[in-house]
Order: sequence, then C-alpha cells, then structure tokens
Amino acid sequence: MTPRDEPGTGTTTRRIGTAGRRGVPLPLLLPGVLALAFLLLPLLALLVRAPWRSLPHQLTSTEVWQALQLSLVSATAATAVSLVLGVPLAWLLARTDFRGRALVRALVTLPLVLPPVVGGVALLLALGRNGVVGKWLDSWFGITLPFTTTAVVLAEAFVAMPFLVISVEGTLRAADPRFEEAATTLGASRFTAFRRVTLPLIAPGVAAGAVLAWARALGEFGATITFAGNFPGRTQTMPLAVYLALQNDPEAAISLSLVLLAVSIAVLAGLRDRWLTGV
Amino acid sequence: MTDAPAPGEPDRQGLDARLVVERHGFRLDVALTAAPGDVVALLGPNGAGKTTALRVLAGLEPLAEGHLRLDGAPLERVPPESRPVGVVFQDYLLFPHLSALDNVAFGPRCQGMTRAEARARAAVWLERMGLADHAAARPRRLSGGQAQRVALARALATRPRLLLLDEPLAALDARTRLEVRAQLRRHLAEFEAVAVLVTHDPLDAMVLADRLVVVEHGRVVQEGAPAEIARRPRTDYIARLVGLNLYRGEAEGHTVRLDGGPSITTTEELSGPVFVAFPPAAVTLFRDRPTGASARNLWRCEVAGVETHGDQIRADLTGELPLAADLTTVAAAELGLHPGAPVWATVKATQTHAYPA
Repeated sequence: MTPRDEPGTGTTTRRIGTAGRRGVPLPLLLPGVLALAFLLLPLLALLVRAPWRSLPHQLTSTEVWQALQLSLVSATAATAVSLVLGVPLAWLLARTDFRGRALVRALVTLPLVLPPVVGGVALLLALGRNGVVGKWLDSWFGITLPFTTTAVVLAEAFVAMPFLVISVEGTLRAADPRFEEAATTLGASRFTAFRRVTLPLIAPGVAAGAVLAWARALGEFGATITFAGNFPGRTQTMPLAVYLALQNDPEAAISLSLVLLAVSIAVLAGLRDRWLTGV
Repeated sequence: MTDAPAPGEPDRQGLDARLVVERHGFRLDVALTAAPGDVVALLGPNGAGKTTALRVLAGLEPLAEGHLRLDGAPLERVPPESRPVGVVFQDYLLFPHLSALDNVAFGPRCQGMTRAEARARAAVWLERMGLADHAAARPRRLSGGQAQRVALARALATRPRLLLLDEPLAALDARTRLEVRAQLRRHLAEFEAVAVLVTHDPLDAMVLADRLVVVEHGRVVQEGAPAEIARRPRTDYIARLVGLNLYRGEAEGHTVRLDGGPSITTTEELSGPVFVAFPPAAVTLFRDRPTGASARNLWRCEVAGVETHGDQIRADLTGELPLAADLTTVAAAELGLHPGAPVWATVKATQTHAYPA
C-alpha cells in the first residue's frame, strides 16, 4: 500500500504569465488586418483626393442640389411605401400560417439578391408603357410611370422593401405573441392589438428596418437608371449624378461621393445611438 | 363528483362548460360548472391540461367538442375579444410600453370608452389595489407583487363575468407569495362573478378556492371542497399533494384487503371497494419485529430513500406495503435508516381512515 497522495498538495499550479490575453494566430490576424485595410482604403482615398478648396463651389451648384434633394425625397418616399406595405407583409409572414408561406418569403427576399438592373428591366416590363400592368394604367388612366420621379420611388422601393420586411419579420418572430393574446382578452380586435400593442413593441425593429431600407434606396443605381432614366431634376439621383460626373468632371464626382459618404456615416451613427445599443 | 348540469336551464347564471380539446394524441375532457361568486381551482400536475382548459375558456383555443355557456349565453363561437372574460396570465403579460394606468385602461378603452373615461376607471381600480402611487410606472419598475395586482386590475377593469387566473402566484418568490396570496384571496372574495384559477400548488388552491377540480391526464379525477379533498383523496397524485399514504382495496368489515397484497385493519366498518388513507406521521418504525405489539397493521419493509421534510425525516419504504413514514431525526439515527435497511412498520387502526371508492 502506498500512502495516498492528496490532490492539490505538493503540486503547484503552473500560471501562464499573460492570463486571459491569448496569442492571436497569424493566419487569422494577417487576413483580418488586410480586410480592414481593403475596406477603409478607398474611403481614405476619397478623403485624400477630395477637392477641398473647390468643395463649397461644387456643392452649391444647382445640379448637385437638385440631385441631392431628389435623392432624399425619393428615398424617403420609397421608405414610406416600404413601411406602409412592408410592415403588414412582415406581419402576415410572421403571424399567419398559410400554404406556400416559405415560397412567399423566398420571393420577398429575391430582390435582395437580384441584380438591380434586372429589377429595373422587370419593372419596365410590368409598369412600362407597354408593360403587363402599365398598358392598362396608360390606356385607362393616362398614367405613364417610366422616366418619372414616381418611377424613381418605385424602383427604390422595389429594392429596399425586402430589407424592411426581413428586418421587421425577424423582430416580430422574436416578440412574444402572447402580448397580442392578452390584448385580445381585453377586448382588442386583432388589428387593434397589432396597432396598440405589437407595433409599439417592435418599433425599434421597424425603425432599424426603415433606416436600412432608406440607406439602400439612397444608394440605388441600377434599377433606377433602367426604369426611371437619368434626367436631371426629375430622375437623376445622387448615385446617377456621381456616375455621370465621373465621365466629364471627376472633381464633381468626388464631391458628390463625399456627400453620400457623410450621409451614410450619419445613418450609421444614428443607428448605433438609437437602436444598436440600449433601448 | 357533482352532477351534470340539468338541461333545460338556459338562464342559469354562472359558468356551465364541458371542454373537449384534442391535440397531438392528448385529449382534454373537463366539465366545469360554477355559480357567480364561486372561486374554482383547477389543480393538477404539469401537462394535465389545466392551462389548455383556461385558454379554451378565454377563446384563445377552439373547442373541439362540448359546450361553453356563461350566464346562459353560448360562447363557443364568440371570438376572444367579444367574450366577457378577463385573464390574469402566469407572467402577467403587462404591456411594457404602457404605464400601469394605461395597462388597466386598455380594456375599457377597447370597450369604447374615451381615453379620459378609461383612465378614470383605471385609476379607481389601481386605487382599490393600493397602487395609486404607481399609476405612472412602467411594468418593469413594478415589483412582482405590484405587477400581479396591476394584472388583476387590468383583467377586472373590463368587468368580466368570468375571471381566469393562470398560476397567479407562480412567478413570485416565497415571501411575496404569502402576502399576495392573502390579498388575492380578498379580491377574489369580493369578485361577484365566476373565477377559475389554475395551479399546481395545493396550498394556493386550498387557500384561494371554494372548490377544487383536480385534473390528471386531461380528465377530472376528483372535485369538491378543499377540506373534503384533503381528507379523502382519490388518486395517488392528490394523496401526495395533501401528504397522505393512500391505498385502494376491498373492504370486509374492519379489514381492507389491498389490491396488490396485505390487509389493513381500520376502525370504519365498510364493504366493497374502498380507499384507505393515513398520514406518514401515523407510521411507527422498528428495527426488529416488535414483540407483543398489539398493532395488527404490521408490515416488513425496506428503506428506499430518506429525506428531510421540514424538521422531520421522511422515509420512503418499499416491501409488503409501500409507504411514507415521518419520524424525528433522533429516531431515524437510532434506527440506522439508510437505503436498503430492513424495518418493520406499524400503524394503529385508529389512525387510518377508510372511505368508499
């Protein structure tokens, strides 16, 4: 019989000097830093090459103002359309059970992955003067959509609404449906329960979705130029103006890009302050 | 068991229901009747179907079969928002974005009151619950007991004819529970219509309700006044709840021959199928067969498990007659009660209680 060793006595626990701070493997560190540089470098170049001296002059030109105004107005209108139609769609996807719901959700997300130019072509085929629906709009009501500001809003809503729907649907699924039941037992119809209980509860998610949709609408290029064209003051939004300016006035293009960069940063800051942290 | 409601009494006040729900191979079939002012507790283990019954009463789940009448009016096809039913949910489900006052005003507002009227009524209810100072507070600022009272006020503010409470005290810690239970009892006593509460806690059920309906596996296994059920349990589940050893057997005079083995001598003289019950404290244990003991109820057992039970030791015994016995810590030590230890158990006939099955 050997004397029993008591565990814990005699052996000293070996301590590692940098407890908690563990080495970062190089195969992860290098690509990571490279990715960061890759993402930031173009933005840095934009700032370095910006014609800071002529910037005030560039930004006060009528064309820039027109494009900026049109962009803000149409992106906001597209977001409004997305909210009015998208939130109910998100509710239907999250709270009702119908045949083919999975298919509907897949179709809703399709514009997320569809090249925007294809979206523009599809919009033309649907709502263009000879389009499937546009033909009737034209002959019955005299409404022609393509190459109007309305077309800009529609093109932007087409690509932006899925962001909102997906975001709101996720929030709805995370929200406790029993609050709606509680409201129902208090005499609220299903719609009242949605309006007075569910909507306030998911407001942060709706707002985040709306900001995402707005940002997407603001940067929309392909569908807009295909379906709405590129008419200054009517359908020429900022991205279109940037692209056009790049052909004959690179300095103007940089200035316009700076404006969009500033707007994007403002959106990001707003998102972080209000919705990404706390509440 | 209470008799089925007589047909041809359409104007009968109160609740008259037979709830049948089938889901995933589970069938709930429960008959419930109650007069205005009654507080009925649905008591049963988890998964017995109590909450489902409550949801059916509230209209949140459809009735597969049966009927549901409240004050004579059929409710089977009435949507939940149109039923005169108030619900206090287990975790209250107070609307987090509304103040306590607006939570309570929600129901009256949905019933068509103006905002000012609804808030005035809500204020009265909060006052009655002793929560006037917390009217402006959001639910997350309320303590568990306060939230429970707001939930109760919110349910009552719609003037329901049927009040449903799902595990009303389960979300509270032990100390708050005592206090809230007393308050809830007072409010339920004041409530003039039917109240049905669901609980798995026998103490809550016995304190709060006038009548217990015990549900197991979707069926009513026993119903009656709390004292009656505590004295004469009819299933193992209820016997465990009220802390009694319960056996079923065939009586012949003072002797009850149990279904699976030995006999028990009782003071009651009965014949036919009976239950026999006795409390664990009535059991006396011996290490060796007691000599000259007059107890005719003597069984050879084996200790299956030992646990502390308040300031007592509870021993679970197997053998001739499986039973639970309570004894003092000293006695347990002297007997050397460890799992597997052989013991002799006796019970005096006067400590048993036999009643027809």
